[in-house]
Amino acid sequence: MSETSDQTRVAGTQRVKRGLAEMLKGGVIMDVVNAEQAKIAEDAGAVAVMALERVPADIRVDGGVARMSDPEMIEGIQAVTTIPVMAKARIGHFVEAQILQSLGVDYVDESEVLTPADETHHIDKFAFDVPFVCGATNLGEALRRISEGACMIRSKGEAGTGNVVQAVRHLRSILGDIRKITQADEAELFEWAKRLQAPLSLVQEIAETGKLQVPLFCAGGLATPADAALAMQLGAESVFVGSGIFKSEDPAPRAKAIVEATTNFRDAAILAKVSRGLGAPMTGIGMDEDGLSFEDRGW
Amino acid sequence: MATPVVGVLALQGAFAKHIETLNSLGVDAPEVRLERELDTVDALVIPGGESTTMSKMLDLNGLRDPLAKRLADGMGVLGTCAGMILLAAEVLDGRPDQKSFNAIDIAVRRNGYGRQIDSFEADLPLEGSDDPFRAVFIRAPKVEKAGPGVDVLAEVADVPVLCRQGSITVASFHPELTADNRIHKGFLATIDV
Repeated sequence: MSETSDQTRVAGTQRVKRGLAEMLKGGVIMDVVNAEQAKIAEDAGAVAVMALERVPADIRVDGGVARMSDPEMIEGIQAVTTIPVMAKARIGHFVEAQILQSLGVDYVDESEVLTPADETHHIDKFAFDVPFVCGATNLGEALRRISEGACMIRSKGEAGTGNVVQAVRHLRSILGDIRKITQADEAELFEWAKRLQAPLSLVQEIAETGKLQVPLFCAGGLATPADAALAMQLGAESVFVGSGIFKSEDPAPRAKAIVEATTNFRDAAILAKVSRGLGAPMTGIGMDEDGLSFEDRGW
Repeated sequence: MATPVVGVLALQGAFAKHIETLNSLGVDAPEVRLERELDTVDALVIPGGESTTMSKMLDLNGLRDPLAKRLADGMGVLGTCAGMILLAAEVLDGRPDQKSFNAIDIAVRRNGYGRQIDSFEADLPLEGSDDPFRAVFIRAPKVEKAGPGVDVLAEVADVPVLCRQGSITVASFHPELTADNRIHKGFLATIDV
């Protein structure tokens, strides 16, 4: 093939990997557990789907060890959708990530929603051509993941709860510290790096640009169009909606409304219009009601 | 010549990067999501992103007909990646309900270069310059046919990746993801104010 003879052609660069995250901005990434849900998500205007065996709400209820999904199930979803397909690997489980890359998934989520496989180490994400997204509760965690090669950061929130409070806390923490760092002087940046347990070079870069190095998305507990718009107004660049769609009474119109709310996140009149008559959202649970905290996973 | 106001369609996708590039060239580049915002701009960039999502949002936000009218009136438009798909005469491997504006006589295949794992960057020779342009292709559309009225401005492996017809410029790749602003400059030069 003549294309492969082009000496300048390179795949899997940081620019190519971060670039897909740029393309997903201003959109909604939806958790789906089968081909039928994937079609509903794409029809509603999702920019990508996250293929997984059980949504976080069910993982919370079922307990036990949560692992990478069956490749057959992921391929079933790839077969019916034209939008990017993401899938989750356990924290530190680089073999699950190798398998997902071989399936041709478009993004790997090294996710705290699954049971961690390594209590100390995350995956070396530079070793892969497929890009990775990782969760973070604060800026230090975000920068440690970026230093390992993550090309997109999402707030962890508290997945499967339908409760947006943790996602808001994590976004405010990450973006608030970025704002403070832009005010710090050179000497204070050393202290910031120490406090965040993050590489100094990344902290210095943030001081200069005022922005995280990779796109920052919001995930964990979003259930309504207003939740999505809240995340966007706080400074998230896209939203992940997991259990919030397919655990609600009527998923298709809710999915479409959340897509509309994410595009028009500053327009209260449009938000009011799309929030009407959607049926019951997922019931949701309060923090600490089930004693299970995904946000503590990740190091 | 007055500097044109170049709106960037901000329904979804890489609109912020285009705005950064245009601003760095001293061009006012407001986000466009609604008809009243489209009315204020002289030209438009349709960014990369998911063409299915953008197509749906064009309808939901009531932009489909106003934008079609502006295109018919000869407004200058730069479409990158998904933007190229939305402007094409024919879309292969699209969704059955996906509509394009038929503003440039090309046929494009969605995800024609493959999935993300096949995404790549490569040097692109530009006419009139010794310096190649570093072009980033992400789940890019592939031009399968370009009509006789279409100028092919750049190719990779004999496939057109940068095309122009009248006021419409389209690219399979993402000039907004690199610091090189020559593609945007070339587009600005085509705009009549």
